[in-house]
Amino acid sequence: MAPDGTPDLKVVGTRPIRPDGVDKVTGRAQFGADFQLPGQLVGKVLRSPHAHARIRSIDTSKAEAIPGVKAVMTAADMPEITSEEAFVGEGPADFKDMSGNTMARDKALYDGHAVAAVAATSAAAADAALAAIEVDYEVLPHVIDVEDAMVEGAPVLHDDMFTSGVDPKPATPSNVAKRMVFELGDVDAAFEKADIVIERKYKTAPVHQGYIEPHACVAQYAADGQVQIYCSSQGQFMVRAYVAKLLGIDISEIRVTPLEIGGGFGGKTLVYLEPLAVVLSRKSGRPVKMAMTREEVFRGSGPTSGGTVWVKIGAKRDGTIVAGDAVLKFQAGAYAGSPVGPGCMTAFAVYDLQDVRITGYDVVTNRPKVAAYRAPGAPISNFGVESAVDELARELDMDPVELRLKNAAKKGTKAAYGPTFGDIGCVETLEAVKNHPNYNVPLGPNQGRGVAAGFWFNIGGESSATVNINEDGTAVVATGNPDIGGSRASMAMMAAEVLGIDVERVRPIVADTSSVGYCFLTGGSRVTFATGMAVVEASKSAVNELKARAAKTWDIPVDAVEWEDGRAVPAGSNAGDFEPLSLEDLAAKSGRTGGPIAATSSLNAQGAGPGFGTHLVDVEVDRETGHVKVLRYLATQDAGRAIHPSYVEGQIQGGAVQGIGWALNEEYIYDDKGRLENPGFLDYRIPVASDLPMIDTVVVEVPNPRHPYGARGVGEVPIVPPMAAMANAIQDAIGIRMTELPMSPPKVRKAVDEQAAAEE
Amino acid sequence: MYAPSFAAPTTVAEAVQLLANASGVARVLAGGTDLLVQLRSGILKPDLIVDTKRIPELRTITTEGGGYRIGASVSGAEAGEHATLSRDWPGIVEAVELIGSTQIQGRASFVGNLCNASPAADSVPALVAAGATVVIAGPNGEREVPVEEVPTGPGSTSLAKGEMVVAVKLPPKPARTGDAYLRFIPRTEMDIAVVGAGVCVTLDEGGTCTAAKVSLGAVAPTVLVVPDAAAALIGNKLDDAALAALDAAARAACKPIDDKRGTIEYRTKVAGVLARRAAATAFKRAGA
Repeated sequence: MAPDGTPDLKVVGTRPIRPDGVDKVTGRAQFGADFQLPGQLVGKVLRSPHAHARIRSIDTSKAEAIPGVKAVMTAADMPEITSEEAFVGEGPADFKDMSGNTMARDKALYDGHAVAAVAATSAAAADAALAAIEVDYEVLPHVIDVEDAMVEGAPVLHDDMFTSGVDPKPATPSNVAKRMVFELGDVDAAFEKADIVIERKYKTAPVHQGYIEPHACVAQYAADGQVQIYCSSQGQFMVRAYVAKLLGIDISEIRVTPLEIGGGFGGKTLVYLEPLAVVLSRKSGRPVKMAMTREEVFRGSGPTSGGTVWVKIGAKRDGTIVAGDAVLKFQAGAYAGSPVGPGCMTAFAVYDLQDVRITGYDVVTNRPKVAAYRAPGAPISNFGVESAVDELARELDMDPVELRLKNAAKKGTKAAYGPTFGDIGCVETLEAVKNHPNYNVPLGPNQGRGVAAGFWFNIGGESSATVNINEDGTAVVATGNPDIGGSRASMAMMAAEVLGIDVERVRPIVADTSSVGYCFLTGGSRVTFATGMAVVEASKSAVNELKARAAKTWDIPVDAVEWEDGRAVPAGSNAGDFEPLSLEDLAAKSGRTGGPIAATSSLNAQGAGPGFGTHLVDVEVDRETGHVKVLRYLATQDAGRAIHPSYVEGQIQGGAVQGIGWALNEEYIYDDKGRLENPGFLDYRIPVASDLPMIDTVVVEVPNPRHPYGARGVGEVPIVPPMAAMANAIQDAIGIRMTELPMSPPKVRKAVDEQAAAEE
Repeated sequence: MYAPSFAAPTTVAEAVQLLANASGVARVLAGGTDLLVQLRSGILKPDLIVDTKRIPELRTITTEGGGYRIGASVSGAEAGEHATLSRDWPGIVEAVELIGSTQIQGRASFVGNLCNASPAADSVPALVAAGATVVIAGPNGEREVPVEEVPTGPGSTSLAKGEMVVAVKLPPKPARTGDAYLRFIPRTEMDIAVVGAGVCVTLDEGGTCTAAKVSLGAVAPTVLVVPDAAAALIGNKLDDAALAALDAAARAACKPIDDKRGTIEYRTKVAGVLARRAAATAFKRAGA
């Protein structure tokens, strides 16, 4: 026991080599597109070339007649689903919308919307079939921009969409699905007390998660109705539940085997291809493999919202922020369900405010339906609020870190969205920035420094784990969460910690839906916390059983046995009476002491600790080209307790890098017909390695009391602050406030020219 | 279903004959870094693909009377590793090395870059500025033309049926001559030029420019030669007035389009910026 009362840990906090590493670096790991079944067909999707069009009819007869074509499907092959809230994904969704997004029924709502699919014996035959499908479209006016979509007279996507959350209920349909308000105190009165008020509107562009692995699956529908699906996703149980619901199949009939996942970041928390592959397999009697191209990923899968963020903050001369007000308008893509809710809830969560109000609008447009993306919604509202706070610091002539420290959320702060924070590390991450050498590096001409802080809830939820003690004293830990951030390593480490054995003796696996208890998907930064808790509980049960076997062997009461360093040791009055029995000894003899030793745990983990992080970035701006170079970047974050510090650092670095891309170059470019012009990594510019400096990290540890080892989720917080930090750094470098993302070279150059014109 | 013919001849004569006799669309594969992408994306469906990598003379760099002859299938990586090429013509080697990734560099060639006829081709403004020519083989023998005469518009060239470029020729480099190429992309690599600028200058012993050629990429349907920009430098040292005149001449020559990679306004401004910066490097390399 350490002096502060935390237990001495032997495995947690170390940096072992990840158990899935060798397979990944040698290319042996099987990702979605690597899996094959004998006799499989090639499945492909026909996508709408129009941003908004009524589908008058679809004639598939010519396609069906092509040699090698074994099945053609449209929405008519899927059951019509009534509106019902979906409960197994991340973020709000409706099964009816999900069905429509998987395959357009009456209208195509965006360029890339699936309208039909085929399965054939070769890719060439499948391509020929797609070309032979005749879709009679009535092209309709479309709308791409979120504010254009809110204007009266804008093309309406859904004639049954009446804005909820307004009183009285509107008489006419619109593209505004929902209005919501979160309010604490009396905001209007609080602004009266302010000495300084900052008010400005900001805008962000929709951005894609940019996972390297396109969506891919293989499905087999057997003659007895049993369905097997092999796919990469952020949750095999999520895939099972969605396919069951969208196709009207019992859950027990479906078995989903998770394949290795090549990045998800939230974008693989829903299904696109799987229901189509199952239908095509049912119609053809053969296994069907489907894999998106990169172009399909961009045109057909969900990015996160773009939106506008109007922010007003008021402060006293001494820097005390007395009021905050914000209005967020998020585009959801073709169906309702943008992350505007979490955008509202996180907007001011970094600050201890008594009077705060956030209003949000969820708006549909003719773009792909948005999907979750790392801390869904939070980066958008944070860009507005943290830009405004930077402007406030400049008005006050106050150091931006000091201003944040003065107003930071801390234990006891009541957040605008309801809860009162317990042990949190917001202040600690700000202090860590102040104490880092980067904070005082001298800057040259056209160089600037920016800071921003961010928040994400983190979640817990339903998880299961099974621990099997093998007969040689090694162990297998099975969980049901795809490993997207090094979770196999952390699961093995927590099991090894409890069992008291080397981590190399624990083999973690990600099991299929029929081989382990239910696990909610990998998302919300929940797996190390919630599934980790299940692993710890199952491991403790296994230890209890091991102690019982030792007690039986020694013929002493079980409470007279203790577990130390992977061995059963007689304790109390029996201390020293027997030689300790190791895990190996007990495992080898388990057949004679009661049979195999295994334990499971299924739980609904509560008390995920909220996460905070602060980023500090230095940039240099080329005034003539508008190019922004990132000189150095520091991200500090509270991890509660880093189970495997390297993977915590990796999450922080990855989030920061995605945020830099969001800040500088990433955007969807549409032509005047609403067709996407840059569906590929050439012109959708995520950062390349040479664009970036090393991302420095400082992991702060304010333990989460609800987790056995103090862990908090870490995967989402790091994408929240980068955009504002970058904008604040650009302002510091060239004296220009960039209010619209991406801050791409043409926009920066234009702003420089406008500044020069204004000064003349 | 689509199935193109593929041939990999070992002599130029054989290659020319295949191209001349081809029915339908024939395409030469030098490195294939553009062609394969166009095939995979379905933009192009040639009936015949002629791979020229097995023709020995197309794979070598030779020196001729103080100049260079670079075979049509010589890759960027090979150009970069050549003992003297990058010492003599650093601008053109830097330009070809900007194309794609390390892996692409193993295949991408000057001639492929030229014959793909993209106005944004990185190596072309550098070659044009350096006064490079190409050797074209065809059914009626060989001919030699300046590099700038090959592309005629986006995706189209002046090559006749049966003709192929077999080499790029660089002239002997005059004393006190320096070249440079710069491009602008939003990232640091793996991108297509929003604007490119190649500048080659020759100076007298006092550092005054006696000859110059300036070429711009991605600001018109083909790579441009800008005589007014060269005139802004000739007779001058690298001073602010000359640079300002160069900037203005470069901007005046631009006829760009608005597209997903840049606006007319932005491309025009940056063309002037890059011309100035490339000129500064070229002067330095020439010994100023």
